[in-house]
Amino acid sequence: MSRVHPRAAGFWTDLRTVSLRSIRLTLRDPEAFGPALVIPVFFFVVNVGALQKFVEGNFPPGFDYKAFQLPVAVVFAVTGVSRANALVVDIQDGYLDRLLLTPVRRGTLLLGLMTADFLLITSLAVPVVLLGLILGIDVATGVLGIVVFVLLAGLWGLAFTGFPYAIALRTGNPTAVNNAFLLFFPFAFLTTAYLPQEAMTGWLATATKLNPTTYLLEGMRAILQTGWEWNSIGKALLAVGLMGTISFTVAFRSLAGRVNRN
Amino acid sequence: MTAAIEARGLARRFGDTEAVAGVDLAVQSGEIYGFLGPNGAGKSTTVRILTTLLKPTGGTASVAGFDVGSDPEKVRLRIGVALQEAALDPKQSGREVLDLQGRLYGLSKEERLRRVDELLTLVDIGDAIDRRIGTYSGGMKRRLDLAAALVHQPEVLFLDEPTTGLDPTSRAAVWNEVRYLNQELGMTIFLTTQYLEEADALANRVGIIAHGKLVAEGTPDELKRSIGSDLIIATVAAGQGAAAAAAVANVSVVERTEQTGDELVMSVADGAAAVSPVAIALSAGGVKVEGLTLRTPTLDDVFLHITGGRLQEDAA
Repeated sequence: MSRVHPRAAGFWTDLRTVSLRSIRLTLRDPEAFGPALVIPVFFFVVNVGALQKFVEGNFPPGFDYKAFQLPVAVVFAVTGVSRANALVVDIQDGYLDRLLLTPVRRGTLLLGLMTADFLLITSLAVPVVLLGLILGIDVATGVLGIVVFVLLAGLWGLAFTGFPYAIALRTGNPTAVNNAFLLFFPFAFLTTAYLPQEAMTGWLATATKLNPTTYLLEGMRAILQTGWEWNSIGKALLAVGLMGTISFTVAFRSLAGRVNRN
Repeated sequence: MTAAIEARGLARRFGDTEAVAGVDLAVQSGEIYGFLGPNGAGKSTTVRILTTLLKPTGGTASVAGFDVGSDPEKVRLRIGVALQEAALDPKQSGREVLDLQGRLYGLSKEERLRRVDELLTLVDIGDAIDRRIGTYSGGMKRRLDLAAALVHQPEVLFLDEPTTGLDPTSRAAVWNEVRYLNQELGMTIFLTTQYLEEADALANRVGIIAHGKLVAEGTPDELKRSIGSDLIIATVAAGQGAAAAAAVANVSVVERTEQTGDELVMSVADGAAAVSPVAIALSAGGVKVEGLTLRTPTLDDVFLHITGGRLQEDAA
């Protein structure tokens, strides 16, 4: 039997290896992301159908409620999508232990999952955007704007993945992970999802101003409706950065807690 | 000969529970060391410490010459581990799991392809290697798990209850693989088991752990000889165990007795010569004997002698 010489493979090889496995398993698990696409499309169609005439009738001519709602549908499609349940299965099956017994860089175990998440999330955003285009939305920033719009959605979805991973790593419990979507409720509904900021009053107006999702939606709407309005797009990127910093911090701290062998 | 595994005062607490309570052991290079004990004795916790999955709360341990606490990365490069439950991903194929293992150990594509071919010969999975693991039988999963532990040709192999739950055929196959790895490849093997016959058949030396402590250690023969050359086992009528022990207490040929319920185990130097005096003493004591057996000691008898309980009963 020939000899081999094991060694630490290095960060990039580890990341590539874990990412490829995650992508492969994502493709084998379509039922895990099918509902993530159906639900936002359903809400988009219902919201536009129910509110378009009412909202457009109360705003200056040219206000396109479909374009206003499309970012909401996309954000709904991409937020909370992750392979956190697959991580729970790895914990329960002992496969995470098998990986931890190798010299793999611990951080890549999470980053590899997130790489697959980013690809999945952007893939989920594309059909929702196509639906909007089919329904007649004009994109002020053109094709490049559509690409930036999808990437912005992808980065937002990626930024949010840290929360379900943190729950998966801390609890190892699939039910707890499934309930992680509840975290998104205040971010999703205490915002300008249904009405513009100027139509809000009282505590809801204050809550929407404090909610990073509001700035994300405004940035995405600017790309669709106004053009390269860098003030709004910059705020959207800051909102993504803020959310990512918080969620990645809790996720990687949870990973450290699980692998520090205590 | 150098120690492939060495532990000094190894301990691990979980809250108020002391799972491992100061274990000292030294396993030499090229040895198969059987770590024998019932469920909950501390076997798996010891393995998790020695394989860097868990930090000890006391003591030190080194594996393949490196400290598991301060040099876990170097330890991981030199060990292979098959844990109690086959740690596999049911949605990957066997080949994908082995290839992924090889990548994480920095093996080149050529090395990975060659190792997968070699391991297929060793663990005999056949064409199933390209099927999803979720379709495998329990025995196939265990064999693939063993193959995954061997991809990088480790110096020290940890097998945590490798045959628990397997049918006799699969168990025999795993035993053959363990012997091959040790005898042909010179691999040091640390084998935990709750099966006495497994430790007896495979291990050069056996350590018995109970309640987190190593209570006996030696070759299987040494351990068995330590409790006498022959054993007479008397099964008596219900409730007469204590009376039976009292009846043989003064029989000179009986060196030691262990009573568990209605069974009395007597250590004697010459079993054939001791049966008659024992039978007469039991009869004279008014004990109703339902069975009288003469046999040589097993590791279970050693366990009974040391801990006062039967290992096989605990394992069941």
